[in-house]
Amino acid sequence: MVGPDQPLLPGTEAPGTEFVRKADEIVRQYPVSRRSAALPLLHHWQQEFGFVSQRAVEWISERLGLKPIHILELVTFYPMLRVRPGGKINFKVCRTLSCALAGSHDLFAQIRERCGATATAGHGMYVSPDGAYSVEFVECLAACGTPPAMMVEEEEFERATIDTVERILAKRQASRATGGA
Amino acid sequence: MAEIGTAKGPAAEHRIILRYADEPDYTTDIDCYLRHGGYEQLRKALSMEPAAIVAEVKASGLRGRGGAGFPTGTKWGFIDHAKNQKPVYLLCNADESEPGTFKDRQIIYKDPHQLLEGMIISSYANRAHLAYIYIRGEMVRGAQILERALAEARAKNFLGENILGSGYDLDMFVFRGAGAYICGEETGLIESLEGKRAYPRIKPPYFPAVLGLYLCPTIVNNVETLCNVKHIVEMGGAAYAKIGTPNNTGTRIWCVSGDVRRPGYFEYDGGAITMGELLYDVCGGIRDGNRLKAVIPGGSSAKVLRAGETYRIRRKNSQGTMEEVEMKLEDLPLDFDTIAASGSMSGSGGIIVMDHTRDMVECLNNLSAFYAHESCGQCTPCREGALWMHKILDRMAEGEGRPEDPQLLLDLAEQIAGRTICAFGEACSWPVESFVAKFREEFEAKAAKEHERLQPAC
Ligand SMILES: Cc1cc2nc3c(=O)[nH]c(=O)nc-3n(C[C@H](O)[C@H](O)[C@H](O)COP(=O)(O)O)c2cc1C
Ligand code: SF4
Ligand code: FES
Repeated sequence: MVGPDQPLLPGTEAPGTEFVRKADEIVRQYPVSRRSAALPLLHHWQQEFGFVSQRAVEWISERLGLKPIHILELVTFYPMLRVRPGGKINFKVCRTLSCALAGSHDLFAQIRERCGATATAGHGMYVSPDGAYSVEFVECLAACGTPPAMMVEEEEFERATIDTVERILAKRQASRATGGA
Repeated sequence: MAEIGTAKGPAAEHRIILRYADEPDYTTDIDCYLRHGGYEQLRKALSMEPAAIVAEVKASGLRGRGGAGFPTGTKWGFIDHAKNQKPVYLLCNADESEPGTFKDRQIIYKDPHQLLEGMIISSYANRAHLAYIYIRGEMVRGAQILERALAEARAKNFLGENILGSGYDLDMFVFRGAGAYICGEETGLIESLEGKRAYPRIKPPYFPAVLGLYLCPTIVNNVETLCNVKHIVEMGGAAYAKIGTPNNTGTRIWCVSGDVRRPGYFEYDGGAITMGELLYDVCGGIRDGNRLKAVIPGGSSAKVLRAGETYRIRRKNSQGTMEEVEMKLEDLPLDFDTIAASGSMSGSGGIIVMDHTRDMVECLNNLSAFYAHESCGQCTPCREGALWMHKILDRMAEGEGRPEDPQLLLDLAEQIAGRTICAFGEACSWPVESFVAKFREEFEAKAAKEHERLQPAC
């Protein structure tokens, strides 16, 4: 969320040709009004560059023939849009009732401890000092029957425990050791 | 129609919408769908007049599965095609973010083509040539599954120009939300899809069927609702109307979560199973041998029901005359009308169960945090009230309750509902009203700080 204490970072991202091609494809899905492509393009940007910068706001507004404020007002409204890079591994734990009844708040505390995510990054997000890990609460993920629900980037986990977290961390470490993503 | 009798209870599950979803060899690709009779109903629909499909949907008695239970055929009938000069749009509400609800997810992730077929038929019936699926942002995989399904459907000419030689054109795309609950409210959804903040519009004049997307007539329906349309075309409206009970036709997918042994989703004919049968026979009863304390029957916005309560239910008997019967919570048949008559609503079908070890102040505080976070902020009573109620509850949960708190909560809730642009006002005040009224002694004890600390919910 953007505010006086969280202004947008200027950003130096340079969209490549593939990024632009995909952006044009997205805009074509809104034949009636280009403005409809604003949120999809923000998703596209965040997926590529990790967060939304001033550069993003300018690039997207120019592309759609809008004023920058039309993009900025979305950034300040939609919780999934980020204005800072998250941890390299970001855990999203469901906070809402069914998951809370199944211990999601304990899980949240365990992840924080395991990852040393002690520093607050605003809006309930905690990051480790080296920026490698972050953990945040999210609201009901529509997986209440298999709680606690958790997400790591785009992947969804059901009945998550600290063992699930350990497995994710081990897998990441292994793929880093072999030079994978 | 397969009877998949997994339940030991008196009634067996009747899976129409989820018929194939959990079969081991069933996959999301179009070939699998076609092997299971996929897109046959689209062929049938395209041979019918659009108005004839609307008539079948009216005859079926189908009511919306997104929360309000509004009759789908009536909604579709609001567009007067003889007069209308504007394009019509069809939007699928796949925002699924009402806490306790996880049914649309099963359809999207396991049987996406069923949704597409239902949507294409519904678009044709409403003479729409452009449709969007608004899916919540967190369902990234779900969006990818739908994108792939759309590409497959296009390649087979179930979408695009001159669909199957019928002369009918339709384009359809996926639009991803970005983490805001209010995008599930249909006019908030429309604003969001127009590239703006999801600020709900005031009704009147902004009824979607009149002034919807791009201020054109727009049909917004839930995922489960749109899937049902396919089956209505298959069996005919009259036959569909025989499933379930009058005014509660077809099946409903109930999502059970919280303190039961076996949570899950279950599809039953309207009114075919009681709350007690679902919780005890199907879901294995309350976890750890505990006792039932409270049930939220239709997503977190529905009023809570307390174990041991009885309700006076007015209903039509078999002779068609009205009668009043007394029913225990466990005996309530699950459908729209009975749950409404019990003072709550079956809403989105999300049933959240709390056992006797749960602290009701903490449970309500958990929900109030949700509403305080999700208010879009347009209306003062909702924006300030939702946050204020949460602050009071948070303070009570922390052991800093004051004697006036329970009454203050009730006063606040009462002054939000009915004074806002959208139904979020009711959604955030109904839980507060019902929890405080029905568990008043617990709230008063908390307020007086004399309570014994129960197992915290969070
Ligand atoms: C605060 C709020 C949140 C809502 N969230 C959803 C949702 O997540 N999914 C949904 O289908 N309907 C939701 N609705 C209901 C929609 O406004 C609308 O009634 C529904 O999509 C209509 O479809 P139906 O007639 O098929 O049920 C919500 C309503 C309100 C007031
Ligand atoms: S009731 Fe609440 S959520 Fe609905 S428009 Fe008003 S402020 Fe927004
Ligand atoms: S409450 Fe956690 S997924 Fe619904």
